[in-house]
Amino acid sequence: MSSFTPFSSIAETRRLLRSKELSPVELIESLEQRIAAIDPKIGAYIERDVETAKKEAASADLTKPLGGIPIGIKDAISVAGQPLQSASRILDGYNAPYDATAVARLRASGAVPFGRLNMDEFAMGSSTENSAFQLTRNPWDTGRIPGGSSGGSAAAVASGTALATLGSDTGGSIRQPAALCGCVGLKPTYGRVSRYGLIAFASSLDQIGPLTSTVEDSALLMNALAGRDPHDSTSLELPDEDFTAEIGKDLKGLRIGVPKEYFVDGMEPGVRSAVDAAIKQIESLGAEPVEISLPHTEYAVAVYYIIATAEASANLARFDGVRYGRRSNEAKDLASLYAKTRAEGFGREVKRRIILGTYVLSSGYYDAYYLRAQKVRTLIRRDFDQAFTKVDAIISPTSPETAFRFGEKTDDPLKMYLADIFTIATNLAGICGLSLPCGFSNRDGVDLPVGLQLLGRPFGESRLLRIGHAYEQATEWHKRRPLL
Amino acid sequence: MSTDAPHHTVDVPYLARLARLELTQEEIDLFGGQIGRILDHVEQMNKLDITGIEPTAHAISVFDVIREDTVTESLPKKTILENAPHNANGLFLVPKVLD
Repeated sequence: MSSFTPFSSIAETRRLLRSKELSPVELIESLEQRIAAIDPKIGAYIERDVETAKKEAASADLTKPLGGIPIGIKDAISVAGQPLQSASRILDGYNAPYDATAVARLRASGAVPFGRLNMDEFAMGSSTENSAFQLTRNPWDTGRIPGGSSGGSAAAVASGTALATLGSDTGGSIRQPAALCGCVGLKPTYGRVSRYGLIAFASSLDQIGPLTSTVEDSALLMNALAGRDPHDSTSLELPDEDFTAEIGKDLKGLRIGVPKEYFVDGMEPGVRSAVDAAIKQIESLGAEPVEISLPHTEYAVAVYYIIATAEASANLARFDGVRYGRRSNEAKDLASLYAKTRAEGFGREVKRRIILGTYVLSSGYYDAYYLRAQKVRTLIRRDFDQAFTKVDAIISPTSPETAFRFGEKTDDPLKMYLADIFTIATNLAGICGLSLPCGFSNRDGVDLPVGLQLLGRPFGESRLLRIGHAYEQATEWHKRRPLL
Repeated sequence: MSTDAPHHTVDVPYLARLARLELTQEEIDLFGGQIGRILDHVEQMNKLDITGIEPTAHAISVFDVIREDTVTESLPKKTILENAPHNANGLFLVPKVLD
């Protein structure tokens, strides 16, 4: 029996499958062996249904673009017949009755969904420490967080226990863990990928996207994921696009914006030097760096934590113990059924955000907080509109720091929120963003991955993938592996 | 964590009632301080002049999405009820609402 090589790309694995050197069932089996050996140290997976995956792999159509390729799925995204909990106790016992459209589209491309991946409860967090199930550890230093909220999705790719995974990104939840674990994460433009079957956190910000080991793999997954869906009225009808079409083109003539507000004091020195070197490298590949300004950057975290918590408090009202998931046994009447079920089912960060969201929407405060935040959101969006009249893409660090230690920020939610400063504005503006490895920063004697963020205008994913791929091919960062 | 008392205070028990969420006294005290400090940070938005600025509800605006008014298949009742904590006779069961 042939087996898959950990850390091989989708593109390479596809060749093995098509030449029959490896069968799709053997691929699931050897991947499961790898997970069983490695994941106890990492904790990326909540659960796997190996038998179902093998059955589906056995009938995989290898002529399709992702034929026989297993894809790990964040626990917020529905896979028909499988448990789905958004890493929350309030969904104990829930099984997804249908496939999310993103999952259905992966299947239509021949892929096999395999494995539920850990995350912050309801995608609320930047470290995956808010999961109700388990910690996920950073493969580069298991004393550190993998980022979040898609921490399981990133750690699985980075530890070679998944070829590729799906995550979701509301304020950086794909890009930040990809950066901290050293893999590639893409947040598509709002409306690019259907949200149907994704457990909602903040509906005007959420997008599903891929986490992969190479930029080309990200493009391959986007080919499957993108498209209008009648089940999500915010998904857009756009001409069919081949996201690999620009891959391999050079960077001559491209203008890359360097926002001065993203290069301020307080950044980890190793992050700063890695990103500065990446900008020089991209310049040497033919692109022209241009200083730009995104003047409302400093307001992004404030705006985000009003809009996201407001939307979350409304979205999470549906978890009431009546129609699905867990129900409190202590309830005496309907009112206490709601209040006690939610008290038992939600974790602390979720409760905190429900309270904050309820406050900013409550009578007398709506105009001062929610409406004002929506207006400042307009200003943040205009910053990007203006910048994209001058440049083809914007470059920055994905995160101001590399992976921090467990517990370092759990006592101070504001400190945790401020770690998302470079990723949040992307979601507020609805634009697309790519994070890819650009080096290492030595923190407390350990080399930790640094992520480079590329931001693009709405529906400009292909351009970002082109820049990312050219940079990736000119560097060796994506070939370094953690010692496990 | 900052130990300075925040400028903002919120009535956490009132908000918890609105949100149908029972909180312990420890949670009430903890969230009060933390949310106060978050609101202190949020206050910086007040520096901006937002006169005449339209609010953004969705970054990529889509208006009037319509479809043909045709009946399509929905999920089977049985599938939906299987996820309910308590159900009988094709209905969700809840505690008595009226005495």
